Amino acid sequence: MSNTTNNDGLSNTAGNTSTAVNSVDRAAANKQVNVLEVKDLSVEFTTRHGTLKALNEVSFTIAAGEVVGVVGESGAGKSLTGAAIIGLLEPPGRISGGKILLAGRRIDQLSDDQMRQIRGREIGAIFQDPLTSLNPLYTVGHQLTETIVTHLPLSWSQGRNRAIELLEATGIPAARERIDHYPHQFSGGMRQRVVIALALAAEPKLIVADEPTTALDVSIQAQIIELLKKLCREQGTAVMLITHDMGVIAETADRVVVMYAGRIAEVGKVRDIIHAPRHPYTVGLMGSIPSVHEHVERLVQIDGTMPRLNAIPQGCAFNPRCTKVMDRCKVERPELQALESSQVACWLYPEGKNNER
Amino acid sequence: MRAALLKFWGSDLAWSWRHTPVAIVATALLLVLLIAAFGADALAPHNPFDLATINLIDALKPPVWHAEGTSEYLLGTDSQGRDLLSALMYGMRVSLLIGLAAVVGAMFLGIVLGLISGYAGGRIDALIMRIADIQLSFPAILIALLIDGVARAVVPGNMHEVIAFPVLVGAIALAGWPQYARTVRGSTLVEKNREYVQAARVIGISSPVIMFRHVLPNVLGPVLVLATVHLATAIITEATLSFLGVGVPPTSPSLGTLIRIGNDFLFSGEWWITIFPGAALVLLVLSVNLLGDWLRDALNPRLS
Amino acid sequence: MSADRVEVGRPSVEAAAASPPLIEVKNAARWFDVSSPWLERVLSRKPRTVLRAVDGVSFSIRKGETLALVGESGCGKSTIARLLVGLYPLTHGSITFDGQPLSNMQGRKGLALRKRLQMIFQDPYASLNPRWRVGRIIAEPMLAHTQLSAAEREQRVSDLLTQVGLDPSDESRYPHQFSGGQRQRISIARALAVNPEFLVCDEPTSALDVSVQAQVLNIMKDLQRRLGLTYLFISHNLAVVHHVADRVGVMYLGRIVEIANRDALFTTPQHPYTRLLLAAIPDLTGQGKSRTPVAGEVPNPLNPPLGCTFHPRCPHAREQCKTEAPVMQNFKGIQVACHGVVQGWEML
Repeated sequence: MSNTTNNDGLSNTAGNTSTAVNSVDRAAANKQVNVLEVKDLSVEFTTRHGTLKALNEVSFTIAAGEVVGVVGESGAGKSLTGAAIIGLLEPPGRISGGKILLAGRRIDQLSDDQMRQIRGREIGAIFQDPLTSLNPLYTVGHQLTETIVTHLPLSWSQGRNRAIELLEATGIPAARERIDHYPHQFSGGMRQRVVIALALAAEPKLIVADEPTTALDVSIQAQIIELLKKLCREQGTAVMLITHDMGVIAETADRVVVMYAGRIAEVGKVRDIIHAPRHPYTVGLMGSIPSVHEHVERLVQIDGTMPRLNAIPQGCAFNPRCTKVMDRCKVERPELQALESSQVACWLYPEGKNNER
Repeated sequence: MRAALLKFWGSDLAWSWRHTPVAIVATALLLVLLIAAFGADALAPHNPFDLATINLIDALKPPVWHAEGTSEYLLGTDSQGRDLLSALMYGMRVSLLIGLAAVVGAMFLGIVLGLISGYAGGRIDALIMRIADIQLSFPAILIALLIDGVARAVVPGNMHEVIAFPVLVGAIALAGWPQYARTVRGSTLVEKNREYVQAARVIGISSPVIMFRHVLPNVLGPVLVLATVHLATAIITEATLSFLGVGVPPTSPSLGTLIRIGNDFLFSGEWWITIFPGAALVLLVLSVNLLGDWLRDALNPRLS
Repeated sequence: MSADRVEVGRPSVEAAAASPPLIEVKNAARWFDVSSPWLERVLSRKPRTVLRAVDGVSFSIRKGETLALVGESGCGKSTIARLLVGLYPLTHGSITFDGQPLSNMQGRKGLALRKRLQMIFQDPYASLNPRWRVGRIIAEPMLAHTQLSAAEREQRVSDLLTQVGLDPSDESRYPHQFSGGQRQRISIARALAVNPEFLVCDEPTSALDVSVQAQVLNIMKDLQRRLGLTYLFISHNLAVVHHVADRVGVMYLGRIVEIANRDALFTTPQHPYTRLLLAAIPDLTGQGKSRTPVAGEVPNPLNPPLGCTFHPRCPHAREQCKTEAPVMQNFKGIQVACHGVVQGWEML
């Protein structure tokens, strides 16, 4: 089983001979069907004050075995994207346009029942708060076994054995005894491991992880990230990692999707995004992260704040805060254009040409 | 004033009201009853307390839609010849006044004690809550009866009528404060540990000021809902006490008194003397309860 | 009262070293009694349980400098913050501010002391009273400490709002109309209202997005330079600490394990816990170096290990570590509590 991963953003996982998919043209030529394909997804909220567009034509893909990080700040819409994919959008939110394809099959228009079958079996979910992800009234073993037998053709005792294997694989000591413990008997980091086990129990094709390490201490974060990487590599599971923590992305992701105000600003390999960002927002974002290696007097600061949903500027949503704003930006909204191995939605790079002054 | 009203009309609460049919109906009903009650002096067709206008000949007349009814007494008369509709309106006024006064009293007492209990903690908290617990284990009626009985025993006979109202209000209020205190105490315990309270302490603000200026505005929400429910309860409690004969004096009968008086005639055919006051009581309490339900749901934090 | 003091440059290291420290904490401890109720204890024969949130901590802060305290959850750094502003009384030990003991914080005399130290809290959503207007929130310290007229207060509120990068007209709005970063700025404005000398900042940017954090950190540094403020900066984020601190203290389970100048701590950390913390930071430079995860988790603070509380997770622990708790000692210009470091064990 080849498990080499180097942080250049390329990953070779078991059974996957293709490299990470990047530009739009290559995707079409790729024989591999993408595990996840999101096309022009739009999500709206209808309130008594009017209809708010929370996601505005978001498009990206995730290939099998790939880890794609979705970054953005609060209000950018990354959690919403995750919720829409898993099918857990709360009303008054609803998908108002576009499509979501899981392994080539359309899932955004399925009924609740059909979605429920997909959830767990084909898509696993990991959320931020391990406390609320687990039912406090049932033992960990019960919840795991239940998930397994619901989605796989196994008996309860077979499922239970598999649950013990999973717990051991996630590094929980004395799994055979602890399987009958309740969630409150585990510490935060241990609980998150159980949640990971739960998400991977039915061997899904895709895991959607929404801020899986934000609530954990930094030393535990490292453990959990390692675990997630290892297990997903072994099973060839694709991961959609939603977070605002660039550090976690730097270590884990192959590609990064940067979101701003419900739209995608830039998509690219993790190294490009961190070291050679194109979109002015991404540039500002990377510059504002303090580093332990060098000391600066002042951090790069993007003036202003992300616009609220009911006050998104015309044209490019970032234009009021952009240091390189042009007249065109205030009127026309830029679309994602392929640029070498990245995609950028910015008038500095129209039609894939580098026009940066 | 006008600007404030307009702002209120545009608020989420008003919007919710406009879109909840039950709330609109309940408000309309309550308004009708309130106008009838507090406008009794002007609106009632007769004055049932003016002995000069009462005619014994008109006793036990049925409502207007009966063969023997007259349009002079729309809902009929009682055994004394008093117009039931007028008696009803005055009776509602009495019931509402006592109910509202009791609620205000209980609210005031409960909020203050609840705030102190939650903020101070320790022994004071334990003491106040134990008193509240003990009181809650007695039915409200019993407490009211107790206080009423003690008052009657203590106060000389000729003063009874004068003190009847304050004693009644006090009794119902004393029976009701623990609910407010508990609710406020719970919210205070939560707010006490929030950082804006800590910030005030760091600044050096004194405890009473923190309690009443910082914490109080933030714990009032559930109190409002409680008050509407309590109003209904208070009115019923008063009605029960009057029905039992230990409530308001007979010179200013409340709905409860009227129900009691009419009870004797229920099975001899003059049903209207007890049914109409009963119906009025039900409608009053129902509209208050429905409004309270709507308010509780409307005030619940929702996704924006 | 003018909004700005005369421009005070940060004191040089030498000058600062010569003056006595502004804050001096000696062996401070804060224990919480978390025992079950009396009856339950009697019936199940359990002893009293005491949580030693802060268990003998000593440090000093000089005027104009920023001392950062880092650690993971349960290490006691938030408790220390609250001890320093008088929100909790000390169980034992002493804290002095400019020579005066902090236990004097109650009453009239305490008010004068309180004026000189203020606090900024972590949660921008809970640290402002949601029912008060912003102007009133910022003016509150002035009401408690000064005799300014209403007009003077209003002027000062405007000045403060401008200083933190907001608009003076914001004073009539409510907190919920602002974003997290803006609310933190309002918190800062409130903290500066009566010209304090010392600010305790309890994770002021942990709840903020990274670009907003940059704004707030920049403002805090500007203000420190202009007003000559002294900061105690609490955080769990080592990168942020690296950006703001002059000196850094690392805490573990209620004790400080290492205090050093920023550069010394980040380039040559001595204590094994410091090293492991630094190794656990995600590496944005993408050198391809995988993090070495720290083994184990922080133990239950109610039942800390004997001896050195870090020994179960320490790769270099020896017998001495399991029985004898190390004390803070000076070692090559830093202070550290570790047998191995002080005795020169081989710990690479």
